[in-house]
Amino acid sequence: MSKSAMLEVKNNDPIGTLRDFFRDLLEKKVVDALLIPKKLPSGDGYCQTLIRNPELLVDVNPLAPTVPVQSARLISHLTIMDPGCKVGAVLKSCEVRAVIELVKFLQVKLDRLILIGVDCLGTYEPSGYAKMSREKGKGGSITGNLLKGAREGKIKPQDGYDLRLACQICEYPNPQNADVIIGLFGHNPQKEIYVELRDGLAGELAEKGILATTEKGSSSRDSVIERLTEERLKRRDEVFDAFRSRVKNLQDLMDALSTCIRCHNCMVACPICYCKECVFKTPTFEHKADQFLRWADRKGGVRMPTDTLLFHLIRLSHMVTSCIGCGLCDSACPNDLPVATLFRAVGQKVQGLFDYTPGRSVDEEPPVATFKEDELQGESGTN
Amino acid sequence: MEEFEPRIIAFLCHWCTYTGADLAGTTRQQYPPNIRIIHMMCSGAVDTIYILKALIDGADGVLIGGCHPGDCHYQTGNYKARRRVGILKEIFHQVGFTEDRIWLRWISASEGKLFADTVTQMVEELKKMGPNPMKKLWLA
Repeated sequence: MSKSAMLEVKNNDPIGTLRDFFRDLLEKKVVDALLIPKKLPSGDGYCQTLIRNPELLVDVNPLAPTVPVQSARLISHLTIMDPGCKVGAVLKSCEVRAVIELVKFLQVKLDRLILIGVDCLGTYEPSGYAKMSREKGKGGSITGNLLKGAREGKIKPQDGYDLRLACQICEYPNPQNADVIIGLFGHNPQKEIYVELRDGLAGELAEKGILATTEKGSSSRDSVIERLTEERLKRRDEVFDAFRSRVKNLQDLMDALSTCIRCHNCMVACPICYCKECVFKTPTFEHKADQFLRWADRKGGVRMPTDTLLFHLIRLSHMVTSCIGCGLCDSACPNDLPVATLFRAVGQKVQGLFDYTPGRSVDEEPPVATFKEDELQGESGTN
Repeated sequence: MEEFEPRIIAFLCHWCTYTGADLAGTTRQQYPPNIRIIHMMCSGAVDTIYILKALIDGADGVLIGGCHPGDCHYQTGNYKARRRVGILKEIFHQVGFTEDRIWLRWISASEGKLFADTVTQMVEELKKMGPNPMKKLWLA
């Protein structure tokens, strides 16, 4: 069960108000350290920053509209060994979902972690954000412009720029499974921000005089989220349909992946690809000359570097069941391959086999880590 | 023209199917020589990377042989193998590849005849399908 409150926005400055809220959390030891997006000194982007000294909260922006890296990986570094204190982390919905998946793969421990999820207005590519901020001089109102659409759930990106495709088709604009939820949808962000707290925390925050909560919830937020989710699902299905009509056989898939240079960026950016040593980086894939020549002999010739199709299909088979759709693989790809769409479209069906939704609950076992005795009986030719 | 002879790469579990294949030999069961067997300790040790590497390099079929459900020497390896194959086949289905080149079969140590019959049947089916198109895929 959870409790909620409306945070009154001071001076028409929602980001400043949230900054004060986080300063309270840090100063009054609700958290001992806070991971939160902070504006780079250059002004053209944000980076997640682990803050201990509240003075460093200057220029943090919990609503920063970029995801330069998937914070779930950072959370893994911070919690896989006991951090010895309470760590708060300000995350977007996709990052919370990735954290939930990594908990199941024993890469994140929740014991000392306070997940603070924010309603997501969508994100720009970091390069797009940088360009935009230079055009606008300071870039101070890029978040503000997105925030204008929060109340109605009609978010308009800056003219001439698109939100990342993954965000356009994201059906989870609001975070779930977080200890603290910062809600923007359905309210006027110049006036008030919805805050939801899990029960234990609600007590602590009231006790420390930070925020008093009730059990009310927000029906206006719920209805905006419902509508926004529906729109996103529609857009998602259009993207999936387009992809499926483009990729119908081996040749189509090869064409879709043809400009891949095997840089592994998609794998490095992926929060679910957590293996410390990926098989593709082991000597198994350091082929010798005679191997290349043998393949070239057999096939008449061989593309180099090789194993492109194998790489993508293996990544699919290893982690697509837990793909949470953050789209950071797309952002990381130097050649704009439709990696995220491939993973999301295939993932939808594979996850569907096991009625599994990545990020939904820590209690659901990931499909690759479990089995049922009476399933998939046709696979062994016995039905 | 010479008749197409498919080449099958088989990953067989030590405790059941590999021993079953052995029995097929010692009891002089006849089956086509199109199969290349790789000895695994368990079907649960067959990562999808082995299956895919074989297919992309031009194998016409991949056979994964394990113990019958409930009989796994390591309790549950075969169930895990079945999940992996199920996931891989769904991926194949989604990107428009034929999944019929991948066969998962439960064949126990005492089923030499079943092993011979399975290989015979698989060779027949693969002949009908023709050569794996990936055999000449230089771009892979």
